[in-house]
Amino acid sequence: MDKVMRLTTERGVVLFSKSSCCLCYAVKILFQELGVTPTIHEIDQDPEGREMERALMRLGCKAPVPAVFIGGKLVGSTNEVMSLHLGGGLIPLLRPYQAFC
Amino acid sequence: MNSPTPQFVPSRLGIYEPIHQIGIWGENFKSNGNPNTSTSVIVEVDNKLENESETTSHEMLTASNTYEQEASKPIDKIQRRLAQNREAARKSRLRKKAYVQQLENSRLKLIQLEQELQRARQQGLYMGGVLEGSHIGFSGTVNSGIAAFEMEYGRWVDVQHRQICELRTTLNAHISDIELRILVESGIGHYFELFRMKSTVAKADVFYVISGVWKTSAERFFSWIGGFRPSELLKVLVPQLDPLTEQQILEVCNLKQSCQQAEDALSQGMEKLQETVSSTVAGGPVDEVSYIPQVATAMEKLEALVSFVNQADHLRQETLQQMSRILTTRQAARGLLALGEYFHRLRALSTLWATRPPEPSLP
Repeated sequence: MDKVMRLTTERGVVLFSKSSCCLCYAVKILFQELGVTPTIHEIDQDPEGREMERALMRLGCKAPVPAVFIGGKLVGSTNEVMSLHLGGGLIPLLRPYQAFC
Repeated sequence: MNSPTPQFVPSRLGIYEPIHQIGIWGENFKSNGNPNTSTSVIVEVDNKLENESETTSHEMLTASNTYEQEASKPIDKIQRRLAQNREAARKSRLRKKAYVQQLENSRLKLIQLEQELQRARQQGLYMGGVLEGSHIGFSGTVNSGIAAFEMEYGRWVDVQHRQICELRTTLNAHISDIELRILVESGIGHYFELFRMKSTVAKADVFYVISGVWKTSAERFFSWIGGFRPSELLKVLVPQLDPLTEQQILEVCNLKQSCQQAEDALSQGMEKLQETVSSTVAGGPVDEVSYIPQVATAMEKLEALVSFVNQADHLRQETLQQMSRILTTRQAARGLLALGEYFHRLRALSTLWATRPPEPSLP
C-alpha cells in the first residue's frame, strides 16, 4: 500500500498498468494522442505487484488496472477517463503535463 | 343456450388459426326451488381435454338424467347435486385456463421462431456464423441469454419506431418544452436500455455482440466494436441541428475531437488484443498434436473482449449524454429523430438489398 501511495504522489500523470492488458494499452495510446507521457508502472512486472493490486482496489478502483492518477489524485479507470475526456474535463487536468514536440 | 364458437389466435404475420371447440364451459342451472322443473346443463366437450371432460360430462349428464327421477327427493340432495356441478364447472374452467395458457405460450414461441427465421434470412451470407454460434440446439445459459436478448431487441426496435413517429408528430405540433423534454429523456433512456441489454448478453456470448448478427446487414456494415461509431453518430446528427450557437458549435467540435481520440485509442487496443490472441493461438510447435495450452491461454486473453465491448458502449452512452447537455430540448428532439430515422433507413436498406432481383447472368 505504501508503495502505491508513494508512487501516486509523484508529480504528473501516473498510470498503473499490466503489460498484458490491452485496455491499459488503449489508455496509453490516448495519453500519447493528447501529448502526455505518463509514468507507467507495470504491476505485473513488479515483485510487489499482488500487493499493489490489492492497494489499488482498496483505493476505490473497480479494476486494479488501468488506474490513472493526475497530480496525486485518483481519476479512475478507463470509464472515468473516457467520461472526463468527452466532457471536456481531461485536457485541463493534463495541461501542465502536456508536451507536444 | 351455449354453442361452441371457433376461437382464433392471431399471429404477428396475420396467420389466423381457428382453435376448434375450445369448449364453452358453463353452468346453466335454473334453480327456482321447484323440484318439478327440469333443467339441463349443456356442456361442449373439446376433444383435446377428452379424457377429463368425458368423465365430467358423464357426471353432468348423469346428474341431468337422474334429476327428473329424483325430483321428489329432499332439498339437500338437490343442493348436493348443485354443489357437485358447481365444483365440476369450476374444475373445467381451471382446465380451460391452463389450456389457453399453453396456447399462449406456443403462440409466443411461434412468434419468436418466425422472427429468428426472418433475421436468419436477412443475414444471408452470415450463414456460417449463424450455424456455428447458433443457439438453436446449443446448450443452456448461452442459448437462453441470446434468446432472451433477441426477443427483447425485437421489442426494443418496435418501441424505437413508435418513439420516432411520436417525435415527428410532436415536433410539428406546438408542444411545450417541458413535454418535449419528457420525450427526449425517454428517447435517450431507450438507448441506455439497449446498452444494458447488450452488457448482459455480452457476458453470455461476447462474440454474439461483436459479430453484430443481431443487427441488419447494412447496420453491421458500419459496426465498430459491437455497435455504431460515436463520431459517425455526430456526423449524422449535426447537420440536422442547424442553427447552432457559436458556443454550441465549439462544444460539438470539441466533443467530436475527443470522441475521435477515444475511438482511436480503443481501436488500437482492439488491434493489440487481436495480435495477442493470434500469437497465442499460433504459438508453440505445430508438429505436436496437442494445442490445449495455447487455446487455454487464448481463452483468458479473450476475456478482455467483454471489457472492450463495454467500453465502446460506454463511449456511445457518454456521447449521447454530452449532446443532450449541449443542445436545447428542441434540438435534442430533432437529433433523436434524425438518429432514429437514420437507423430505420439502414434497416430498410438491408431489407431492400436482401430482396433485390438477381443480376441477369451473361449469355
